[in-house]
Amino acid sequence: MRRPRMPEPVEPGEVLAEAAGADVVRGPRQVLHGVDLTVAAGEVVAVVGPNGAGKSTTVGLLSGDLGATAGTVTVFGRPVRRWRPADLAVRRGVLPQHTTVAFPFTVAEVVAMGRAPWAGTPLAADDEAAVAEAMAATEVTGFAERTFGTLSGGERARVALARVLAQRTPLLLLDEPTAALDLRHQDLVMRVAVAHARAGGAVLAVLHDLNLAAAHADRIAVIAGGRVAACGQPARVLTPELLTGVYQREIEVIEHPRTGAPLVLP
Amino acid sequence: MSVTPAVRRRVTGWPLLVGLAVALVAMTVLAAGSGQLAVPPDEVLGSLLHGLGIDLGPMPSHPQGDNALWAVRFPRVALAVVVGACLAVAGAMLQGVFGNPLAEPAVVGVSSGAAVGACAVLVAGVSFLGNFTVAAAAFLGGLATTLVVYLLARSGGRTEVVTLVLTGIAVNAFAFGVIAFLTFAADPQAREQIVFWQLGSLNGATGQALAAVTPLAVTGLVIAATVARRLDLLALGEGPARHLGVDVERLRLLVVVGVALLVGSGVAFAGIVGFVGLVVPHLIRMIAGPAHGVLLAASALGGALVLVSADLLARTAIENAELPLGMLTSLVGGPFFFWLLRRTRSRQGGWA
Repeated sequence: MRRPRMPEPVEPGEVLAEAAGADVVRGPRQVLHGVDLTVAAGEVVAVVGPNGAGKSTTVGLLSGDLGATAGTVTVFGRPVRRWRPADLAVRRGVLPQHTTVAFPFTVAEVVAMGRAPWAGTPLAADDEAAVAEAMAATEVTGFAERTFGTLSGGERARVALARVLAQRTPLLLLDEPTAALDLRHQDLVMRVAVAHARAGGAVLAVLHDLNLAAAHADRIAVIAGGRVAACGQPARVLTPELLTGVYQREIEVIEHPRTGAPLVLP
Repeated sequence: MSVTPAVRRRVTGWPLLVGLAVALVAMTVLAAGSGQLAVPPDEVLGSLLHGLGIDLGPMPSHPQGDNALWAVRFPRVALAVVVGACLAVAGAMLQGVFGNPLAEPAVVGVSSGAAVGACAVLVAGVSFLGNFTVAAAAFLGGLATTLVVYLLARSGGRTEVVTLVLTGIAVNAFAFGVIAFLTFAADPQAREQIVFWQLGSLNGATGQALAAVTPLAVTGLVIAATVARRLDLLALGEGPARHLGVDVERLRLLVVVGVALLVGSGVAFAGIVGFVGLVVPHLIRMIAGPAHGVLLAASALGGALVLVSADLLARTAIENAELPLGMLTSLVGGPFFFWLLRRTRSRQGGWA
């Protein structure tokens, strides 16, 4: 693999990923319409919305997997599709919705794959520390030597996240990082995401649980029918009127008695 | 249904590689000394060292010993090493790029495609590259078939077992149809050669054959070494591999060319020797795990070891006769393939 061009230091508040007026067409169907979305250093942006609204497509758009048929997608100040894979891999990590591993690799080997982009750079010296730290943060150290295929769904999800964290990139794009997890591990993963943002990184995470989004995200983007229906601070976005319209069922929002965060009651 | 142990005890790379290398050297010396004219191992080594200009060890005591070794045995054993290494590494690479442990040059039809190339120049009687003609034609035949299999068998970044095996059946059927036509069209001498090809044999090993395939084989093995780390990442799927910096298109192209070079080298003078590329990488994975660095290196050594041993058996099992090598590997590899197929099915809970 080619050596990457090392990433420049990230300024606080710098926009690391931006979609502007982006359309995406898949097959005969237009799945995104004029999406405007930014993710800046220091913040966690949650993407929420009903099934099929275009959340995963948004992640695919920002990661460069899908091309925009109109509008622009920029990461680190350059159109995402103009980056060389090797250079992009030291700047942003992507957690796919499902992770499968074709051969019986161990958990430790899978997490270590996250270090591949740094091979041949001075930061390759951090490989061991990065892998150990990522495994500790996601609580997978205990089954480091087991093969990926023998793990439960929730364990796999955390190992997959550990692989992305070990990559140590400023920008993280996470597609449903909490989907297969129990309450405790959902909270663990969101705290990891918040810690990454507080340390100067940027996180975009697709979430299904609106309360999880409200509790941890700095901003929430509600996507419905391939459009950004609302985007902003949780308390501004999570309103009964908007959610009732988007999810097409009666939804109430109250204030959390202790934290003051919005609580969504379906 | 077999149960995979939750924690695998794996042999780390180096002991396995050293063990295989030692076994391979011992087996090549033994194989070179065995046959109608038996030469003891120390005399085999002595002859080899003298031939390389080192005056060490005893020369063969039989008057024809030295001659037999250099004219027949050494080329044959060396070709067995090259062919075995090529086929096993080609199998491991195909499995890596398809993300499927059942991919194998003979099963998916790449070997028969290479054989079509080799047979075609034989029947047409052309020799545009002299000594290299057959090897080059086998490479081109292998390249075309690898591309076809690759394009037909994949969808959405993965290849299902059923699609891959059925594609292999179709490609093999077509290739054997072409070979049948070439057999029909050939003169008696070429016809005999084609039949020998389909059975697989190292009987035609000569120094010239060795010289023709070695450059292709070495190029293929170098490509294999350069893609090893990227094949590990490809186990995560194409998207994640790309996110980790792999230029997936480029990787695919490299693997396809590498596989064609290796299979072309394997088939050009030895014919279709099946299942080496299936059995060897699978056993290595069971011993040392799936990481491609060790897997590819150990497969090269293991494939060479298996083929040298199988060829020794083929030419010494029956007095004054030689069994076809491809027959032997198929008799072992066929049931093994079936076992692997059954196991894959029980793990997936039936075919999709």
